[in-house]
Order: sequence, then C-alpha cells, then structure tokens
Amino acid sequence: MANTKSPATHRTAGSNSQEPSVPGSTSTARPTRSNTLPLRHPRLPRWAGWLVAGVAAAASAIVTLSLGWGLVGWGILAIVLFGIALPVWSLLVENRRAAKDRLVSTLVWVAFALAVLPLVSLLATVVENGLHVINAQFLTYSMRNVIGEGGGVYHAIIGTLLITVAAAVISVPIGIMTAICLVEYGARHKVARAITFLVDVMTGIPSIVAGLFAYALFALVFGPGVRLGIGGAVALSLLMIPIVVRSCEEMLKLVPDELREASYALGVPKWRTIVKVVLPTAMAGIITGVMLAVARVIGETAPLLIIAGSTDSVNTNLFGERMMTLPVFIYYSYTQPGVPAEFGQARAWGAALVLIVIVLALNLLARLLGRVLSPKTAR
Amino acid sequence: MAKSIDVSDLDIFYGDFKAVEGVSMTIPARSVTALIGPSGCGKSTFLRSLNRMHEVIPGARVRGKIVIDGQDLYGDDVDPVEVRRQVGMVFQRPNPFPTMSIYENVLAGSRLNAKRIPKAKADEIVEKSLRAANLWTEVRHRLGKPGAGLSGGQQQRLCIARAIAVEPQVLLMDEPCSALDPISTSAIEDLIHDLRSDYTIVIVTHNMQQAARVSEDTAFFNLAGAGMPGRLVEMNPTRKIFSNPEESATEAYISGRFG
Repeated sequence: MANTKSPATHRTAGSNSQEPSVPGSTSTARPTRSNTLPLRHPRLPRWAGWLVAGVAAAASAIVTLSLGWGLVGWGILAIVLFGIALPVWSLLVENRRAAKDRLVSTLVWVAFALAVLPLVSLLATVVENGLHVINAQFLTYSMRNVIGEGGGVYHAIIGTLLITVAAAVISVPIGIMTAICLVEYGARHKVARAITFLVDVMTGIPSIVAGLFAYALFALVFGPGVRLGIGGAVALSLLMIPIVVRSCEEMLKLVPDELREASYALGVPKWRTIVKVVLPTAMAGIITGVMLAVARVIGETAPLLIIAGSTDSVNTNLFGERMMTLPVFIYYSYTQPGVPAEFGQARAWGAALVLIVIVLALNLLARLLGRVLSPKTAR
Repeated sequence: MAKSIDVSDLDIFYGDFKAVEGVSMTIPARSVTALIGPSGCGKSTFLRSLNRMHEVIPGARVRGKIVIDGQDLYGDDVDPVEVRRQVGMVFQRPNPFPTMSIYENVLAGSRLNAKRIPKAKADEIVEKSLRAANLWTEVRHRLGKPGAGLSGGQQQRLCIARAIAVEPQVLLMDEPCSALDPISTSAIEDLIHDLRSDYTIVIVTHNMQQAARVSEDTAFFNLAGAGMPGRLVEMNPTRKIFSNPEESATEAYISGRFG
C-alpha cells in the first residue's frame, strides 16, 4: 500500500532524528517517519559480546583475587556479570526485543554448559584414572591366580559381550514382533492400548528387581544359589524389551501409509507387506533403536550381581556356572581390592574406561548402520 | 483381456456412516471412464471400493454387487488380495518403494509375492512396462538407482509401470496428476491415451478439462447435502456431459456454479 500520510503531518528531520548517545553504537540518524518503513534500529557492534565478556572476566578476577575465591567462584561471577551487562547495554542501544534475545541466549548457553560439564568431567576423570592401566596384558588376561598387581579384565569383557548378545537375541525378536503387533494389527483395539501401557510401566522396572525376578525364576528350576550367565541375559532382556518395543513402534509408525497402500494395491497380502516393505523401510531406525537399547543395558550392575555372580576365571559357557561381567568386576575390584588396595582400584578404573569405550563404540556403530541402511534418495 | 465392470446398487459404509448410496453403473471395457464431482462426494471412496482398498480402513463395509467377468468382487469366498491383483491402482501422490531400485520397483508386484521369474523374463517385463509407461528412454541407463530419486512426474510414471507390470484387467487412478506440474500431467494424459487400448481405466479427477480430454464416459457424483451420502447423479458419454447434460445439478457443476 502506498504511504498515505499528507504533507501536513510531515515532520522535519531535526525534530525526529536521535543522535546516538551510547558510545560504540553504529546507528545512522533516524529517517523521517513519514517517508520510510521503520525497518532499521540501532545495533551493537559485532565485537560487543567479546568486549563485555572480557570486561566481566577482568572485573570478576579482581573481586575473586581480593576475596580469595577459587576458579569456580571466578567463573560464576564472570558469567553473572556478563549475563547482566550485555542485555542491559543492548537495552540501552538496541530495543527491548534484542535485549531479551541476548538475555535468553546467554541463559540457554549457560544451561547447555551446565548439562555438558558433568559429562566432560566424567570422561576426563575416567580417562585420567584408567588410561595408564590399559595395556595388552590388561585386555587379554583374566584374574585367575592373581593377587595384587597384574591380571586383567579379559574374563569380564568376554562375559559382558556374551551376556549382552544373549540378551539381545532374546529381546530383539520379542520386541520387534510386539511392535509389529501393536502398530500393524492392533492399532485401534483396547488390547493394544493396554499393552502399550504395560510396556511403559516396564521401562520403569528397577534393574535390581529384574535381577531378583531372573534369580527367582532360575532358583525354581535349579535350586537356590544358582549362578548362570543366561540368568543375567534374561534379567537384562527384561530391561531391554520395553526399550526395543517403544523405539520399533515409533519407527514403524514413521513408515507412511501410502507405501502400505501401494503394496496392497499390487495384490500383496498383509504379512508380506510388513515383512518386505514396512520392515526394510524402517530397518535403519530399528537397528539404531536396538543398538541404543544394548548400550543402555550393558552397564547394568545390580541384576548381574545377583544372578551372574563373580569369578576370576574366563567362562564362555552361558549355561554353566558363574560369569564375570565388567560392571560387576568394577564393583568388586573397587570395594574389595585386597591388599595392597591401589592395584584393585586401578583395575576398576581401567575396567570403567573399557566399558565406556564399548558403549561409545556401540553408539557410533548404531549411527553408522543407520546411515548405511536408510532408504537412499541419491540420484 | 480388459473387462467391463457392472456395479449394482452399491452402498459404502464407514462404520455406521453411509458414505456412498445406491450407485449403479456399467464401466465399459477398454475405455477411460472419469469420475468427477465436488470434494467429499464419495468418488474416491467409490473408486477404492472397486478393488476393495477401502477395507484397509477398519470398519469399512459395502452392500451391493460389483461384478467383473461374471464374478461378484464381494462374493463370500472371494479373496481381496486376488481382487487387487486383477484390479490395479495408482495413487494421488507417487509412492515408489524407497528401499528398492527402479528395476525392483517395476517388478515389485511379483517380487513381493515371491514369484520366481527367470532373469531374462524379468528384464523383458521391466522393459515392456517402462516402455508402456513412457519412462524407458529416461531411465534405461540407471535401472539400479533408487526409485525415490526421480522427479515427481517420473515417479508417477514409475508407479504406473509398476501397476501394469502385473497385467491387471482394470487400472484405477485416483487423481494421478494432482501432485504434478502441467508438463508431467500432459505426459501422463498421453500415457492414459496409449493404455486405453489394453486396459479398462477409471480415473478420478478434480480437473474437468482433464476429464474432458482424457475420458470417453464421465460419471458425475454429488452430495445431497452436508453429512448426507454421495450419489451418482449422471453417467453419460463425455461429449454429452460437457455439452448438454441431462441433470441440472450436473450442468451447475460443469459451469462452475458450485463445487
């Protein structure tokens, strides 16, 4: 629409322009109101953020040194000063919205740092305490006949891998088929809603309860005092199944209905449509979900303490005798290190680092598989 | 090969809601029949009932008869899967299977049903279907590439090739060009013209000019009122519908007074 202000309301340039009064702002003189759209407002210079950060850091340092606070106090004070000074400066030079934007951006970044800090600190601590322990011997020897220095976590690594793979073998088929049942066949039935609710409840089962259940189950068959690797796998699968079901359900729901219809219209029966069209399309997401479920249960200690037990030797038989796993090894190494204590505790840190590396590797593998297997859209 | 369809007194229900009421018509063999009408008048519902696709929605049912080649599609021991093998469908938005290549997409009708076809025969089917769909020259050198990597018009032609590769008696098309640009649309219309001699084609379209260009017979559906079931108002040769229709409602719709 054309500007319809009459000449009588035209204001002179002098009365309407505002000389910039705050140093550092780069506004030009305001154009007269009747001629142009109010698209521009003064802005802080690009280096405003850095300037305020530097000044806040320096001011905080002065206060910290004079009051005797440590590094953390300096950091907190600097952030608070920054979080106050920059929005206020912005409010004076720019407008309210820009000031609010800067304030909220600062808060968001601080929240992010607070969230990431514990993770970084954890990784740094584990690496610092555990890296020097890792060597070829540590990774290839068990603790058989070892007292004090020496030995390794080979038996624990084998145990963890075997039990986790067995848990996956149990939970993945059950989980995928439950998800198929919920999404493809039961979508509107009350039974499906009940099952979904129960699965949600299962995600909250405490891991020790799952371990007790597995122990009770095996004790019924084998008598009290039983310790079996496969028991640990059953306990872990109880924890894995709800995660697999939920993520598979989401992935199956993401497959668009028009693909199913295209398949039905070709005269393909429903079960074949699911097996040959829906599952392959969702496969990338399903595999990622399964790997993430595995990464989640691989570090569960409580159920394995009860049912898989602890041993010093390598045991590759899931159905016979105790089996050592990394989380249980860490527990016993740290709490019952023997004498002298530093070797046991060092081994615990080493095992913790190995466990974290395995989880990281699984997550990376999940992402890689997800990208490789996803439906391709390249020309 | 292509057969005609006789519809007698068809009612279509979604649960308790009657969506379409009392449709009786004969769709002639080896020709193109267009279904036109305002939004929500039940033409897509009717089209989907011709290959029992509406049963995909829970609670959908039908009263009446649809007879192809002397057999009622809704007879007691008729398998819907077999019906869909004889009556193919192309949808509004192209939907090639994303996990399959172009070659595999065309053969999907057989592959998904685990029918073993020797490679030479499979190649022949793919080439014949893609040629019939006017897509062969464009994709012959990249049959192994994913089906989803083509343009919209090419994807729709791929879906048509996929539908005719199983050699159905009837081909149903639910607004096949509404998601495409004018040039792709005219390519598909030429394709329909070529396919007419081998298939019975029923096409739902919002575009009346397209109905006039493409079809030999046209059926006009309408709603009696909001919330009422859709009905077949008039079915006649296309030339007659668009020049002097029998019903006044048809005339009002054609001349743009409503819909």
